[in-house]
Amino acid sequence: MRKTVIPFGPQHPVLPEPIHLKLTVEDERIIEAIPNLGYVHRGLERLADIRDFHQMIQVVERVCGICSVIHALCYCQGIEEIMGVEVPPRARYLRVMWSELHRIQSHLLWLGLFADSFGFESLFMQFWRVREKIMDISEATTGNRVIVSVNVIGGVRRNPDPEQIRWVLAQIDWVEAELQRLEDTMLEDYTVKKRTVGKGVLTRQQAYELGAVGPVLRGSGVAQDARQTGYAAYGELHFEPVVETDGDCYARNKVRFRETLASIDLIRRAIHRLPDGEVRTKIKGIKPPQGETVNRVEQPRGELLYYLKGSGQKTLDRVRIRTPTFANIPPLLVMLPGHFLSDVPVVTLSIDPCISCTER
Amino acid sequence: MFRMTPNIVRNLVVRKSTRMYPVEVREPFAQVRGELFNDIERCIFCGTCEVKCPSQCIQVDKKACIWTCDPFACVFCGVCVDTCPAKSLYQKTKYRSPTGERIIISQQGQPRKKDKAKDRAGESGTPKGSGEEKADPGGDPAT
Amino acid sequence: MREEIMAVSAEALVGEVAKLKVLGYRLVTLSCTELDASNLDILYHFDKDLGLKHLRLTAPKAAAVPSISPVYFAALLVENEIQDFFGLRFEGLVVDYRGTLYLEEEALKTPYCRFSLRSADQREGPAAALDAETNHPNAEKF
Ligand code: SF4
Ligand code: SF4
Repeated sequence: MRKTVIPFGPQHPVLPEPIHLKLTVEDERIIEAIPNLGYVHRGLERLADIRDFHQMIQVVERVCGICSVIHALCYCQGIEEIMGVEVPPRARYLRVMWSELHRIQSHLLWLGLFADSFGFESLFMQFWRVREKIMDISEATTGNRVIVSVNVIGGVRRNPDPEQIRWVLAQIDWVEAELQRLEDTMLEDYTVKKRTVGKGVLTRQQAYELGAVGPVLRGSGVAQDARQTGYAAYGELHFEPVVETDGDCYARNKVRFRETLASIDLIRRAIHRLPDGEVRTKIKGIKPPQGETVNRVEQPRGELLYYLKGSGQKTLDRVRIRTPTFANIPPLLVMLPGHFLSDVPVVTLSIDPCISCTER
Repeated sequence: MFRMTPNIVRNLVVRKSTRMYPVEVREPFAQVRGELFNDIERCIFCGTCEVKCPSQCIQVDKKACIWTCDPFACVFCGVCVDTCPAKSLYQKTKYRSPTGERIIISQQGQPRKKDKAKDRAGESGTPKGSGEEKADPGGDPAT
Repeated sequence: MREEIMAVSAEALVGEVAKLKVLGYRLVTLSCTELDASNLDILYHFDKDLGLKHLRLTAPKAAAVPSISPVYFAALLVENEIQDFFGLRFEGLVVDYRGTLYLEEEALKTPYCRFSLRSADQREGPAAALDAETNHPNAEKF
């Protein structure tokens, strides 16, 4: 059988982001996949040379459009650790609230796109309709829809009043009710199962050795979630990771769906325990960061790692960002061989690729 | 396949979730950070906003008292508003509407000195807080 | 840093990494930082049960570093990335893009190096080092 090389991406109907895979196919089956990156590389890490460490917050938020809060959170936690700044308890709980809101909106976006990848257009629209409500909550509580600029070194910038908090709770109830209505379709429907069960299987062993993170790792049965380390206020909220054991596209789908519901729960818990008080520690008079640190948080797509190094100057020496999709690409290369060409969109989307993150 | 049917039937009877956008616009939320304005009469031309802005879209000419902003480079982060010592910057809740031409907002203020009164008399030709001036001919400020 | 850092040499690197793999560590990533004009600092981050462990390697820019991608396949992307951005050579990569993962073939620069490591045909001397510091490719855009 002759081999053919087929380029998949960077422009493809199901992929919103420019990843390019060189697929070697034999008949209809894939035997090798080689990624090609660099279409949206922006060199944001190097911006640390000319932007001071406060301005870098706005820069790192733009690494990824979908999870800006969590990028900024990781960066701020790192700097706070180097500088020895204590964050007020209310700010820690609010950070959890906004992080989880972002996780919900990112997962809903993904669930919609995933439905679209196997051609279930109406389900796609349903998920995005629900997502709109989360965007509204973001806009009302933080001031912007996606890139919300709410984290600062030493706390958060907004302090929602009790009325706003009540409104958020009401909106979240609506979101939960709507999601429960879609649960049956997304998890039990014949067409969904036909396209996802048994596709892109990653065993527990493989997932761990290939360095998979987030829902890809948890879909393969490894209960690992950076939120278990208890950063921000997660340590006080009795957080439990969501785990599935099958390791296929369906398991990853299920992990993300259940995580969305779990996030709603976490927001409720965080709000019920929300302490009163300050939301921002003044950091005037503390020297600029000197030293190095590694900080990890859990993004919707998986574990995010920041390595920060400062030498007491206004600008940092090094900001190194390891985004979750970057870690999930090697597992993808292992998942793809053996599948039909028509399954490539589904399997590729099942890792929730965010290429802007990957290339920074 | 039939699991989606209840949702579809429901969608036929409930209210539409989309708006006829340009005709019908939702009221913005109260705390939204939208378009940036400078109340030039209160500005003391300290230059804090120029230093703090992460997208470096503001220039302050301290001598000539000119505050310039490239509104298309602004990312609506609100850092300048937070740090302005004279509280002269503020953001409306509406976003800037798209335009076909690039504009630069340039506002001429008056120096805040002890001899303010004298200065004011000398510069009576300049309208106070003259608003947005066009940087390139033909550009219409998008307000 | 809160966690333990262990210094390794280039010769002992692959052995240490293989040992960690047997102990059940997951490779998180590599972080590369430029120390001075001729040295790079590479941190290998590993994770086990939510605890981190780091290996630190100080590598001269000119010499090649043994690749750990035969041990951990996951290292292939990040090693190629460092090859692009810092111009460091990794020996024995499973898929070697030869510095073209992000960059184009024509671009012979090492964009993340502050100190002069641009190829000699572009600029020379201490002025080049200074220029590279102020005029790195990202500065122009902003
Ligand atoms: S920070 Fe405020 S007072 Fe100072 S120059 Fe800017 S607008 Fe004027
Ligand atoms: S809102 Fe942000 S980006 Fe816009 S001018 Fe102010 S500081 Fe700059």
